Amino acid sequence: MSILVIAEHDNSVIKGATLNTVTAANNIDGDVTLLVAGNDISSVVDQAKTISGINKILICDNDLYKNFLAEDLSNLVLHIANNYSYVLAPATTFGKNLMPRISAKLDVQQISDIISIESEDTFKRPIYAGSCIATVKSNDPIKLITVRTTAFDASLMDNSDVEVESIDALTSLNISEFISEEIAKSDRPELTAANIVISGGRGMQSGDNFHLLDSIADKLGAAVGASRAAVDSGFVPNDYQVGQTGKIVAPDLYIAVGISGAIQHLAGMKDSKVIVAINKDEDAPIFQVADYGLVSDLFNALPELESKL
Amino acid sequence: MKILVPIKRVVDYNVKVRPLPDNSNVDLNNAKMSVNPFCEIALEEAVRIKEAGNAEEVIAITVGKSESQEQLRTALALGADRAILVESESLLEPLAISKVVAKIVEQENPDLIILGKQAIDGDNNQTGQMLAALLDYPQATNASEININDGSVNVTREIDGGLQTLKLNKPAIVTTDLRLNEPRYASLPNIMKAKKKELTVINISDLGLDTNPRTELLSVELPPSRDAGIIVESVDDLIEKLKNEAKVIS
Repeated sequence: MSILVIAEHDNSVIKGATLNTVTAANNIDGDVTLLVAGNDISSVVDQAKTISGINKILICDNDLYKNFLAEDLSNLVLHIANNYSYVLAPATTFGKNLMPRISAKLDVQQISDIISIESEDTFKRPIYAGSCIATVKSNDPIKLITVRTTAFDASLMDNSDVEVESIDALTSLNISEFISEEIAKSDRPELTAANIVISGGRGMQSGDNFHLLDSIADKLGAAVGASRAAVDSGFVPNDYQVGQTGKIVAPDLYIAVGISGAIQHLAGMKDSKVIVAINKDEDAPIFQVADYGLVSDLFNALPELESKL
Repeated sequence: MKILVPIKRVVDYNVKVRPLPDNSNVDLNNAKMSVNPFCEIALEEAVRIKEAGNAEEVIAITVGKSESQEQLRTALALGADRAILVESESLLEPLAISKVVAKIVEQENPDLIILGKQAIDGDNNQTGQMLAALLDYPQATNASEININDGSVNVTREIDGGLQTLKLNKPAIVTTDLRLNEPRYASLPNIMKAKKKELTVINISDLGLDTNPRTELLSVELPPSRDAGIIVESVDDLIEKLKNEAKVIS
C-alpha cells in the first residue's frame, strides 16, 4: 500500500502537525510519500528530508501554491491521488480546509480527525464535541483522512536524504485570490506546540484582564489560550480558542483559569499531561479533570502566582 | 443576489450525549433538537446581507427526516424567505448531503452559499468544502468577516495564528466561524409569520443520486475518563506540587 501525506508548512518551516501526521501514516502498513507544495520551499524540503518514517518526497515549487489556496492545491493533489491508497493531512485549519475538497472530487467519504488507527480500514474519532468516541470503518477504495495531531507523537527528524522528485504545477483555476494575511506576531510559543498553556474563560470578565495570564505565560514560556465562552464574549480572538471547535492541545501543563469546564472545552485539552484548574466555584466541572485544583478568586490567585513564580 | 443557507438539525448543544447501552450509536431518544449553532450564524449572516440591501432572497435548505421541518420553520422565523426540505429517511454522510445540495444549487442558482463550518454532532467539518468541490466553486472556510462586491466576495478567514483575506469569484461558498456575528432570537410575530412562508418538500429518491453510505459505524463509546486529582489549599501549595510532584515547572 502507498500512503500520501500532505505537508503543512509556511514556505520556510515544516509545521509540527506534519510530523504527527507522518507518525499516524506509519501506523498503516505501507510506504509513505510526503507532498511538499508551496513557493520558494528549499528550506522546507531540506527539513522534510530528515523526517523519519518517510520513503519519498514529492515537491511542487510554484507561486500558485504560495498561499495554499484550497482550490489549486486540491487540484494538484487530485492529479496524483490515484497512485495512493491513503491520503493523510493534519486536522488543522490547513487540512480541514483542503481535504474535503479532494474527497468530494474522488467521491470518497473522508474520515475526519482520527485519534487512532485500528486496522487498515477502521479508525477511531471523537464525535459530539468529544462526548463519545466513534469507531468507523471506511469502505471507500481510497481513504482520505485528517489526523488529530495530539493523538500521535511527532516523528523524529533524524533521517538522511530521502529521495526527492519534483512534480509540475498545474494551471490556476483562477476562481479565488489571496488578498492579505495577518499572522499575530508573538514571542510566545504557538498554542498547539507549547509545553505549557494557560487559558482563560468567562471568569476573566474582560479581554483587558488577559494581561494577568500574559505575565504568567511570559514567566513560564507558555502559550495563552481561551475557552469558547471567552471568545464568544469577545475577550480574545478566535485563534486563542481551545476546544472541539477550536484548537486541540496536549501540553505537559495546562492551566485553566476561570473556565467552568464545558465538554466542548475539555475535548480540546483533556489529553494534557497535568491539568491545573483555578476557579472560585468549587462545583465547576473543570475540577473533575484537574490534577490540581485551586478554589480561589482568580483576581487574587493570578497576581500571587505571578509574583511567586 | 440570492443566498442559499444549508442548515442541519442536530441535538441541542446543551444536551449531554451518551452512547446507547449496546454501544451501537449515541442515545438521542427524547433529546431536544435544534438548528446547529454554526448554521444559525450562517443564516444570520445571510439575513444581514439581505437587510443591508445586498441580496433579494435567502433560502434555507436541509436534508433529513420529516422532523427537520421544525428547524426550517426556525430558519424562516429568523429571516429566511423560503425553505426546502430534501426528505430522506436515513441520516446521510457529508458527501451525500453535498451531492444533494449541489443538485438543488443547479436548480436555484444562488450567488452565494453560506454554511456552518461544522455540525456539532459528527464534527466532520466537510460539507461546505465538498459542496464547493462538486460545484467547482471557490471556498472560504472559517469566515469572520464577509464583504459583498459586484462580481466577487471578500472573506476574512480565521486560520491558525491569525487571519487571511481571500477574494472569491461569485458564485462562492463560505463557511462560518464563531465570531462572524451573534445570531438573533426569533420574535413571536416572526414565528407566526414563518408558519405562512413557503416550505417545499422534495423526496430524495426523485433526485437520482448515489447517497449510499461509504462508512459503517462499528461502535460508540465514552472517552477514557480522567481521574480527578486533589484540591490544593494555596498558591504556594500549587507551586510546590507543580515543581516537586508533577515536575512540570522548575
